[in-house]
Amino acid sequence: MHKYYLTHLQELESEAIYVIREVVAQFDRPAILFSGGKDSIVVTHLARKAFWPAKIPMPLIHIDTGHNFPETMAFRDNLVADLGVQLIVGSVQESIDKGRAVEESGINASRNELQIVSLLDTIESHKIDAAIGGARRDEEKARSKERFFSHRDEFGQWDPKNQRPELWNIFNGRKRMGEHFRVFPISNWTEMDIWNYILQENIAIPSLYFAHNREAVYRDGTWLPASEFLVLRDGEKVENKLMRFRTLGDITITGGIESDADTLEKIVAEVSATRSTERGNRSDDKRSDTSMEDRKKQGYF
Amino acid sequence: MELLRFTTAGSVDDGKSTLIGRLLYDSKSIFEDQMAAVKQSSERKGLQHIDLSLLTDGLRSEREQGITIDVAYRYFATPKRKFIIADTPGHIQYTRNMVTGASTANLALVLIDARKGVVEQTCRHSFIASLLKIPHIIVCINKMDLVDYSEDAFNKVVEQYEDFAAKIDVTDIRYVPISALEGDNVVNDSVNMPWYKGESLLHTLETIHIGSDENHSDARFPVQTVIRPHAAEYHDYRGYAGRIAGGIFKPGDKITVLPSGLTSSIRSIDTYSGPVEEAFAPMSVSITLEDDIDISRGDMIVKDDSEPEVSQDLEVMLCWMGTKGPRPGAKYHLKTTTREVMAIIKEVSYKLDINTMEKLENAGDIKMNEMARVRLRTTQPVVFDEYRKNRITGSLILVDEATNETVAAGTILV
Repeated sequence: MHKYYLTHLQELESEAIYVIREVVAQFDRPAILFSGGKDSIVVTHLARKAFWPAKIPMPLIHIDTGHNFPETMAFRDNLVADLGVQLIVGSVQESIDKGRAVEESGINASRNELQIVSLLDTIESHKIDAAIGGARRDEEKARSKERFFSHRDEFGQWDPKNQRPELWNIFNGRKRMGEHFRVFPISNWTEMDIWNYILQENIAIPSLYFAHNREAVYRDGTWLPASEFLVLRDGEKVENKLMRFRTLGDITITGGIESDADTLEKIVAEVSATRSTERGNRSDDKRSDTSMEDRKKQGYF
Repeated sequence: MELLRFTTAGSVDDGKSTLIGRLLYDSKSIFEDQMAAVKQSSERKGLQHIDLSLLTDGLRSEREQGITIDVAYRYFATPKRKFIIADTPGHIQYTRNMVTGASTANLALVLIDARKGVVEQTCRHSFIASLLKIPHIIVCINKMDLVDYSEDAFNKVVEQYEDFAAKIDVTDIRYVPISALEGDNVVNDSVNMPWYKGESLLHTLETIHIGSDENHSDARFPVQTVIRPHAAEYHDYRGYAGRIAGGIFKPGDKITVLPSGLTSSIRSIDTYSGPVEEAFAPMSVSITLEDDIDISRGDMIVKDDSEPEVSQDLEVMLCWMGTKGPRPGAKYHLKTTTREVMAIIKEVSYKLDINTMEKLENAGDIKMNEMARVRLRTTQPVVFDEYRKNRITGSLILVDEATNETVAAGTILV
């Protein structure tokens, strides 16, 4: 009997494939939320595995803040061409132009929260009934209680105190018209699992994750990349650093770390030795103790 | 590296959050910035020590009330295993959360205060573990520092629990004397209890044998969806996609599709990485058959040597989760594996007192957090096994037709 067991990565993979297949079986118009970050890349890879030899039977949705890393956009377009799937782009700039969202001002201005409006508008206009995301429960405390199948009301909102119980591997995707689900197939993965899996499967990821030289500014304990959107404060100066990113989001809020890890093996070694969480470099989480919970209630990823 | 899922239940007083915090902290799974945030919050509240429970109690209302009201999932890994903790509250009004946490666990940690011994909550947690067929229990006798690390105190509690354990259906039960606060026997062996010859809690978690927890004898493959590529290269390809729920499948095996009863044999078992020579639980694969027969979502592919039950009448132990009890004559969507049918509750045989396992006849309507043995009648046949034989093919949920809420979870008895 000894040989009949799976490694933890095989078991997590099997669980995620099961969840993705449940989405396609239970919903009419599912989609994958694709940010260009490693987690959504892994989810997309898992979806490819789940339906092989068929193509992924749903579109990818990308919410374009207009403040992107150029590398992420090029990576996205290549991947979509390779998969042969439809790409739906929701534009934050468009939401601002239409008056649906108002640009933040000030020195810490970011379009991160504005994504919520564009995301919900895109879900509504394309009648998406299940949006698959790459969120993990280990990322943040509000996410630790998230379900695999997470119900959203007709306003796209999450009610953390009134979630459906989720038992065994039976997922209840029943809903009323106008409601939708967020589904998180890699809920049980940690950052370490993601990196080990990317290494094991040799999954392509944007070059931003590998050490490279870049102009950046040191602010709040992290290296913010210089870009046309970054406003310098008094005393700050742009430096050239050998660095890499642990997570990818908007270019205005994603800080990097000094690192010389330029291969997947070195990244795995670095991550396993590191002593701070990956979202520690995300200024959007630092606004308050429960800022993730507040954004999630409104409809954030 | 294997994956072990375990569940804990408890309230603020019994040190559960401290124990989890200790496991995470001593196994170096807490990062510096998380620790700094917890330290800051503790200081803001005027606490003298660092409150490790702040690491696990995530939602705002819980932080305000200082209680755990939902299931929180926590992760840590050692070089030997990856662990998923389903951390649940322990009070009776959260029975449904405990049942949820227990449903996917291989192991339950039961915490006992060494000063108090076996109490009602100990029994409740153990009964839930037993009803949900968790194969292993580790009884942590905690707060040993408050009983002078006394061997007698430990033995007394072990004896008490052994007497009680005759009533539950779990064969692998182990005992570890610990102090979650001081760290004795949690990760490191205690210097304060030289009389204890067993392993520390973490060492036990790392080495306990879980390889035979899956059912590898009765082959079960619930079909999730059918893969048809519509591409020239795979023109006639029909793959049945699913996750194996039990047993071992190989190409050439004779199979039966239930409930239709159609038969064929396996042509190939496919994955993205290539075909495999055998597949077992819990692998996700696609199966192709030699014959073109009618199969769709909700059907189960099984091997001829051991067939599951097929019936429209089910005897079930229900845990009611809806805020309102069942309405007389109400219809529910019954979901089990990938199959969905309508069901009604024909009869309530008895309610179960979850503190004592006593059967309560004529005990009135079923309310939230109560357990009851019921008979269900379904519109279409259901394919199932007894829950004690297979936790996947023997489990079900009921979904309210009007609200779409999951209102009950059930384990199938026969």
